[in-house]
Amino acid sequence: MTTQSASVSPKPKRGSGLLRSEARDAFVFILPWLLGFLVFTAGPMLASLYISFTRWEIVTSAKWVGFEQYAKLFSDDRFWLALYNTSYYVFLGVPLHLLMALLAALAINLNLRGIRIYRTLFYVPSLTPVVANSILWVWIFHPQWGLANSFLERFGIEGLYWLQDPRLAKPALIIMSFWSIGGQMVILLAGLKGIPAVLYEAADIDGATTWQRFWRITLPLLTPALFFNFIIAIIGAFQVFTQAYIMTDGGPNYSTLFYLLYLYRAAFENFRMGYASAMAWVLFVIVLIFTLIQFRLSDRWVFYEGDLRK
Amino acid sequence: MLSTDSTATVLTSELATRSRNRRKAIDGAWAFFWYIVLSLIALALALPLVWLISTSLKTGAQTFVMPPIWIPNPFVWENYPDAFQAVPFGKYFWNTAQIVVFATLGTLLTASMAAFAFARLRFPYREQLFLLVLSTIMLPSIVTLIPTFIVFRWLKWINTLLPLIVPLWMGGGAFNVFLFRQFFMTIPYDLDEAARIDGASSYRIYWSVILPLSKPVVATIAVFSFIHHWNDFFQPLIYLQNPQKWTMAIGLLGFKDLYSTSWNLMMAASTAMLLPLLVLFFFAQRYFVGGIQMSGLAGR
Repeated sequence: MTTQSASVSPKPKRGSGLLRSEARDAFVFILPWLLGFLVFTAGPMLASLYISFTRWEIVTSAKWVGFEQYAKLFSDDRFWLALYNTSYYVFLGVPLHLLMALLAALAINLNLRGIRIYRTLFYVPSLTPVVANSILWVWIFHPQWGLANSFLERFGIEGLYWLQDPRLAKPALIIMSFWSIGGQMVILLAGLKGIPAVLYEAADIDGATTWQRFWRITLPLLTPALFFNFIIAIIGAFQVFTQAYIMTDGGPNYSTLFYLLYLYRAAFENFRMGYASAMAWVLFVIVLIFTLIQFRLSDRWVFYEGDLRK
Repeated sequence: MLSTDSTATVLTSELATRSRNRRKAIDGAWAFFWYIVLSLIALALALPLVWLISTSLKTGAQTFVMPPIWIPNPFVWENYPDAFQAVPFGKYFWNTAQIVVFATLGTLLTASMAAFAFARLRFPYREQLFLLVLSTIMLPSIVTLIPTFIVFRWLKWINTLLPLIVPLWMGGGAFNVFLFRQFFMTIPYDLDEAARIDGASSYRIYWSVILPLSKPVVATIAVFSFIHHWNDFFQPLIYLQNPQKWTMAIGLLGFKDLYSTSWNLMMAASTAMLLPLLVLFFFAQRYFVGGIQMSGLAGR
């Protein structure tokens, strides 16, 4: 109970009655969420854990097989290939993507006249729906008539088969992701705006160069925002699906068979629900590790602004 | 425009104070240099978009020309009606519109309700329950997908829009609960106390005190919910196998499979799918920026 409500209510007894009715109201208010949590989160999580210990093809009845699905998973070359492809996309793509977003954020943080127009221009491409985006980039990467090759031709590089070449398909998808840096750029811009100007003024008085200001002030103070974005982007990129599903269908030669695509095929094309559930739980553990790193390293995640009434 | 001033309306006074710390404008040779750099980046980012729109207005023959033609001659506006008549995009649009509207309404109502309880009411296990909300933010949806799919299949909800709407009426997504709560916590508690002394119930306080003061966050979440459901591909792919029930996103893929060499028509259909988002963006920019920055707030 707060001091506030105690001072408002003359009799403590009435105060506790109020609290009880407040708790009752609260229950009504959280009820939809609570039901959703039980029906669409907790229940299905436990169920998928259970299914991962069974063999089940939907039409047949589920049969308990213990750790068999996990054993199969870890001896499945294609599973490891999917994990490799995804890691390639995550650990090469995400840092580069973040670097691009940082450069763009630094550029639009410059105090120039008309800078807002550039901000809009930089952000707009990331509005493109992922399906439309995928179709557009299939066209851009078209070996014969595409924009990418027509551009490279000027530099004497000819006839790249972007999405048809197993060596180029993953890099092509990473290059494509640079086009939608807008969201991260805006978050990092907010981080840049949050750096107190006094620090820069003090640095100016001490005669710091632009370079020193960047390395000694901007980058250190932006690190929390960068790190947060990095983890969130990693978790997101582990679940890359649509681009590969639409643009390459996992090919060529399985070079873009990403984790979620392989899982989707196991579950919804081959109806191997047990196997797919085991895969889902392995992904869950991977994501959990990154989430825990994030939780551990940023304690201000929840109580950033305001504070809770005790 | 993407102004810091508009963010301040969404965010707290802290950020507003910070954005007032402006530095002096750059001018002279450096300004010129930076304009060149910025324009080059802008050009690189704009080219795919220009290519998309330009291709959407070409004749079929003009798409297969090297080096590419940037300005179509003639402008083939008919590509748009042609693309829309090739597959029933009208139907896809109607399906998508229903999902967007009802899912967004459910999200706004139930997420704000939960957030109201977490931010402004006192009840047992409040902190623990809120930790549960937070812990589900990062949960990959794939972990719950298979059992959820099986339940919807058992309910005979496959090939209906219900699997894409009903879950949103049950909490509206943990992240939205988090955003609503963050915003609600910035509203002075004296308002609740005053209302309670006047005899207002919790429901009354939620509906007549807190929600009217929370228009910016409501608008922000509405905008992002719209975008999310407009763009969503994975869920409709799984739940809507009947072409009669397809959304724009799935319909666009179906269109690609049917007209795989008609790049002009494909680009017209893709542009048409982007267009409502562009319109939304230009009318509701402040909520875009505010929302994105709120999601980034968590990290600072």
